[in-house]
Amino acid sequence: MGELTFLVHHFADYQSPLHHIFLVRIFPALLPVEFPVILRNGQKPRISGSVIVIIDLPCCDLSANNRDSQICRFRALYTNRWVFRKVGIELYGLNKKELYIADLMLAVTSLEETYEALRTFEILGIERKADISPATCPLIVENLGSSSSSPKDLFYALKVNGILRCDISAKVFEGIHSKLQAIVKDASSLLDFYYSIGSLVLIKEQGFKSNVLLGDADGIFHSIKALSQSDGRWRHSSNGPGSTIHAAGIALEALAGVVSLASTEVDQSMIDTVENDIMKLFDSLERYDGGAFYFDDKLLDAREHQGPLSTTSSAVRGLTAFATVTSGSLYPPGDKILGLAKFFIGIGIPGSAKDLFNQIDSLASLENNRQSKNDSFSSRKTTLVSIPLILSVPATVLSLTKKDQLKVKVSTVLGSDAPPLTVKLMEAFSSGSKDSSVVENQELKFDPENSVHLLDALPKSIDVGKYIFSFEIVLHDPEQKKVYATGGQTQVLIVVTGFIKIDTAEITVLDSDLGSIETKQKLDLYGENAVSLSANHLQKLRLSFQMTTPHGHAFKPHQAFLKLRHESKVEHIFVVGSSVKQFEIVLDFLGLVEKFYYLSGRYDIQLTVGDAAMENSFLQALGHVNLDLPEPPEKAARPPLQPVDHYLRYGPKQEITHIFRTPGKLPSQELSLTFLGLTLLPFVGFLLGLISLGNLKKFPTSVVPAIFAILFHVGIAAVLLLYMLFWLKLDLFTTLKALGFLGIFLFFVGHRTLSHIASTSAKLKPA
Amino acid sequence: MQDSNKPYETKVIVGGGEKVQQWSVYLIAVVVYMAIVGSFPFNSFLSGVLSCVGTAVLAICLRIQVNKENKEFKDLPPERAFADFVLCNLVLHLVIMNFLG
Repeated sequence: MGELTFLVHHFADYQSPLHHIFLVRIFPALLPVEFPVILRNGQKPRISGSVIVIIDLPCCDLSANNRDSQICRFRALYTNRWVFRKVGIELYGLNKKELYIADLMLAVTSLEETYEALRTFEILGIERKADISPATCPLIVENLGSSSSSPKDLFYALKVNGILRCDISAKVFEGIHSKLQAIVKDASSLLDFYYSIGSLVLIKEQGFKSNVLLGDADGIFHSIKALSQSDGRWRHSSNGPGSTIHAAGIALEALAGVVSLASTEVDQSMIDTVENDIMKLFDSLERYDGGAFYFDDKLLDAREHQGPLSTTSSAVRGLTAFATVTSGSLYPPGDKILGLAKFFIGIGIPGSAKDLFNQIDSLASLENNRQSKNDSFSSRKTTLVSIPLILSVPATVLSLTKKDQLKVKVSTVLGSDAPPLTVKLMEAFSSGSKDSSVVENQELKFDPENSVHLLDALPKSIDVGKYIFSFEIVLHDPEQKKVYATGGQTQVLIVVTGFIKIDTAEITVLDSDLGSIETKQKLDLYGENAVSLSANHLQKLRLSFQMTTPHGHAFKPHQAFLKLRHESKVEHIFVVGSSVKQFEIVLDFLGLVEKFYYLSGRYDIQLTVGDAAMENSFLQALGHVNLDLPEPPEKAARPPLQPVDHYLRYGPKQEITHIFRTPGKLPSQELSLTFLGLTLLPFVGFLLGLISLGNLKKFPTSVVPAIFAILFHVGIAAVLLLYMLFWLKLDLFTTLKALGFLGIFLFFVGHRTLSHIASTSAKLKPA
Repeated sequence: MQDSNKPYETKVIVGGGEKVQQWSVYLIAVVVYMAIVGSFPFNSFLSGVLSCVGTAVLAICLRIQVNKENKEFKDLPPERAFADFVLCNLVLHLVIMNFLG
């Protein structure tokens, strides 16, 4: 681990100047590790050059000893795509510091994604400006100043600027303003309208000009409205594919922008028509079981499919934007708004950055409606979309023993305080039965310090078990019914636990014919027990006990098992049955002989009683019973093989002793040597014979031939010596090589010698 | 009786049939050794046997070739026959050494 520097090359094809603001998840580790990537201070990034970023990579081993290339996969979170790039690590010595250089090609990280990230941070209250502004602002300026930026780029650059508040000169704004006015006049598709109008709204907000106005507001409004359908959906362009709710959301935002920028008031009848469209849009709201409402576009084209979250968030954004700037009869039903809020909350934590942005931004729109905008240009009343109030129970498990209080919290979607209200517990049903409610209309007291609503004490009618509580919110100020959406009754599952009394527990051995008790022992199921019984197959074993709740009712636990385990680890489990009064189990050994595989011996007894609502569930060893069972007949079933401890598989294995082949009987040293001597004897005899025969006289005496003759004999001796070496030490190839040389030598010498001898004997012959 | 007819080297090496007898003695000796000691390793025994046999055969060949009364090999100079004998022996012993193991 440590600080590593990566040199990032990125390509001019990608129009993404803000590549350096992203979260990187590294996947080679077992768990994805996420961390922000920041620019080194003072570094001026260039768009089509290289950028140095600093990443801490716990997974790549880039210590000084490891000089190999590594593949580190990482995923740029915002792109939601795998970016597989071989990170080739090369080591450069640079001023005595190792500089790791890698090629990383980043997939698109665009202005849109940057804006989404910054907005998410803003809503969640995470302060990142100090890190990001120094590097990002220059690029925003560049983007805004460039004449080749598309409306989408301008829009998102301005959005980012709205959060970061970079220092942008009035000249730049002037240039954009005129450009955008031109785009608005020529626009024909929905997205063109959206980006250009949205950018103009942002320019106005960011304080450039107080007189950013749309000349022909009515005309533009009409053009956008022309793309709508009768069921409230919108198309992207007049000759485009089918209409979607997602596009409707975008259109509503654009229309809201038009209304807020209009130099003269937009025709009210057109606004009313749009409001009607919105109400029709709510007809296509879909529902989940838990009371959550959502929008979904059912499109045939999978590429265009946005998903319910994206669609719903687009619709909510459009709806709230439009409602903010208009007045009138726009009033979507409160329970539907609450349902939308529940949908967003019910998602939990989404997996991708875009989904997170959609969720958080939509919740913020639903929350921020409470702040009515005072439009200084007109005295329009603003219509509010109701603010949903969410009821939540922090602790759904209450303990009777600890005398827990029921606490309920009511707040807005992002956790802000709710207006004064009362929470009433209307009904509580036991979850098993659909009988009448055990509780009627209890009011919860409000604790202002912790902003929770408390129920002092659980009513006596609530005993141990699972309940479904129904809550209702009652606002103190009836006027606020329009402002806040409370919904009807909210059901919450509550589990009430308590300490269960177990008494009159006893274990007996009975004679099965007569029913008379042979041994009887009382058990204390709170403490330790160690009974020691003995029985034979003609007897019965009986265990009985009673369980009562803290409020005195009979209690039936979810699990009550009796386990008998033999010494050989064969186990038998029985369920303890219950009657009205008590729990009892009778084991008749006569009938169980076969089940027990005729195994006699010591059986350990274990009792397990448990339930979710029982605070003192237990698993207890009660003792043992020595069973005497008859002999098994031949055809009896054998007890099943007990499972081998799986960990033995990984233990040390049996040691194998390798048995080498017993070496052959070799002769004793002396015998071998004797024979060696015997074989050498004839050779000696041969030499003696040579001398006696007098053949050595024929050895050539003159010098030159003599040398050859000697060499000949030496050559033969050398070959024989080579063979000895070959047997002892050398391998065939070396021998053959040496033999080749010797052979040539020998041939030459031998030829000379023998021809000399031949010539001498030829000379002698005639003589 | 034929000894004096034989040129000098052949007389030495062939020696009137005694040499063949000598090799036969060798052969018997090797077989006896193996019988005592056991045939492990068998390849060694075989190489010993074959060496004796091979050399005896070559000696006989030489004797035949050198013998002046033998009509077939009249034109063959005895030195040539001797050179052949030496070469064949060398090759044989190379093989034997390899097989000896």
